[in-house]
Amino acid sequence: MTEAAKSVISIDGLQALIDALAAKNYQIMGPTVHDGAIIYDAITKTADLPAGWTDRQDGGRYRLERRDDDALFGYVVGPHSWKQFLHPAKETLWKASRGADGIVVTAEEPSPQKFAFIGVRSCELAAIAVQDKVFLEGPYLDVPYAERRKDNFIVAVNCGEAGGTCFCVSMQTGPKADAGYDVALTELHHNGAHEFLVEVGSEAGAALMQEVPHRQASDEQISAAEAAVANATNQMGRTLDTNGLKELLQGNANHPQWDAVAERCLSCGNCTMVCPTCFCTTVDDHSDLSGDNAERVRKWDSCFTLDFSYIHGGSVRTATRSRYRQWMTHKLASWYDQFGTSGCVGCGRCITWCPVGIDITEEAAAIRAAPMTDKEKPNERP
Amino acid sequence: MSEAKRPRLAVWKFASCDGCQLSLLDCEDELLALAGAIEIANFPEASSAISDGPYDLSLVEGSITTPHDAERIQMVREQSKFLVTIGACATAGGIQALRNFADVNEFISVVYASPHYIKTLETSTAIADHIPVDYELHGCPINKMQLVEVISAFIAGRKPAIASHSVCVECKQRGTVCVMVQGTPCLGPVTHAGCGAICPAYRRGCYGCYGPMEDPNTAALAREWQQLGKTPRDVQHAFRTYNAGAEAFLKEGQAHGN
Repeated sequence: MTEAAKSVISIDGLQALIDALAAKNYQIMGPTVHDGAIIYDAITKTADLPAGWTDRQDGGRYRLERRDDDALFGYVVGPHSWKQFLHPAKETLWKASRGADGIVVTAEEPSPQKFAFIGVRSCELAAIAVQDKVFLEGPYLDVPYAERRKDNFIVAVNCGEAGGTCFCVSMQTGPKADAGYDVALTELHHNGAHEFLVEVGSEAGAALMQEVPHRQASDEQISAAEAAVANATNQMGRTLDTNGLKELLQGNANHPQWDAVAERCLSCGNCTMVCPTCFCTTVDDHSDLSGDNAERVRKWDSCFTLDFSYIHGGSVRTATRSRYRQWMTHKLASWYDQFGTSGCVGCGRCITWCPVGIDITEEAAAIRAAPMTDKEKPNERP
Repeated sequence: MSEAKRPRLAVWKFASCDGCQLSLLDCEDELLALAGAIEIANFPEASSAISDGPYDLSLVEGSITTPHDAERIQMVREQSKFLVTIGACATAGGIQALRNFADVNEFISVVYASPHYIKTLETSTAIADHIPVDYELHGCPINKMQLVEVISAFIAGRKPAIASHSVCVECKQRGTVCVMVQGTPCLGPVTHAGCGAICPAYRRGCYGCYGPMEDPNTAALAREWQQLGKTPRDVQHAFRTYNAGAEAFLKEGQAHGN
């Protein structure tokens, strides 16, 4: 998009944008305050957005605080991610019943709703792109995901501030959205006005903006938006040195740091649940008391559970060290082998929402600081 | 299913509050289907019509706290083809296992007017400490839908779809914001799932009613509780409730003195 494509809308303009989406029968999801956190839920108006709130985040710590302005997007990412809509925690795949006509199997019909997401951060766009690769590319298409992903309208928000556990700059996923959105907003508090710079990223975005009152952005406003993003870039709470990281982790499968982290790790699975790219599921088959009805339910699973690696005879990864190592090396290393990209987008959720504050950037740095020498490495992997 | 082929069910009570076996009667929507699928042969809480054993499926509630019950559970095992213990009393000794940390004779002398009538054991122990158990369903009380799942699985001859991971997985599946990360100590990360993560959904920390999860790191959680301002005594009290006798909680409780 050219600079000329940039426009500015007011808060009323943002409401007009939401209304235009509602008129097109989108189910509109966006950030809102609930239980002391910014979560994603259905919204209908700008007043539903977390005006004047920000979040303070650190390893295992999250608090909402009041801002000294009325910014609508003055925080980073919370415990939820868009994964919960595109790849829900629980879904019935099919049901079967036995009757006079024999056994009848019915696939669950996908819901006809189409989603609009308001306030998607650049790290989250990267995460959606990762899950698209997992579910939509390769030989096996995940049909329910494809249905939910179809015709999404994505309103991205460029971050003007970074959170305490953010490291999108290290992962090259932000803080500015550069692809994967229909429109992208940058919140501006400039010369006493509270407005949004709008960049259009798709034809659907351009068409929608026809219905939203806007004016052309001034050079000053464009500079202010760039300054906001630069501010976030300079505020990253964490850094992760990705240089040779894949080889480093894959070459240190027996590093003593895995034991050190296992001593703290609860193997509770929170990191995998909050991760916007973690996609693993398990399948439960249920039959009812009569034996005439059965259903297959797919649920989020975690590589931190014993059942996850259960094969005939027992679990493969019985020790926490091997489960943490599996998760982290998959995320930062073998994801490249499998999907050609990093599984980590630097959103920091796994750090913030770990009850004991285990920090993936610190764990990687600890191994980098003292990698095993070839002499120390055993001949075979455990 | 024909009348003759219905599996015969017995429900047994040991030291307990009855809450778990009552979850069976609480299955209002499933009760008719349940009665259709199994023959309720011995369930004194529900019916005075009691048929003799053997039984295909026994549900055992409660812990072993008296010499008489220690003998009676052997008789129950002998009459049961498949035996499932239900609830924290049966699987871990229950809240009454707090006696295991004290002198039971002292309690008896204070509580009863005529202590010499009381014959009790010094400990409250899980059923599995006395007999082989085929399946344990955890919880204080158990989740009635999990009980229906266990019975349905038994009838179908399949494994019950019951997870043994942490409460956190259930919490995240329902979209609850983690209370621990917001400063409220919670036992969820070391506690067995099954309740549906009720307490955190109401902004309370988990009380550990379902006992230890499959691989609990209680020491790491206890350190974090102290970071959040709890004393060693608080930590001990947290681990010594309904599942005080469950091995992982027992050990962690012992590690934090007064």
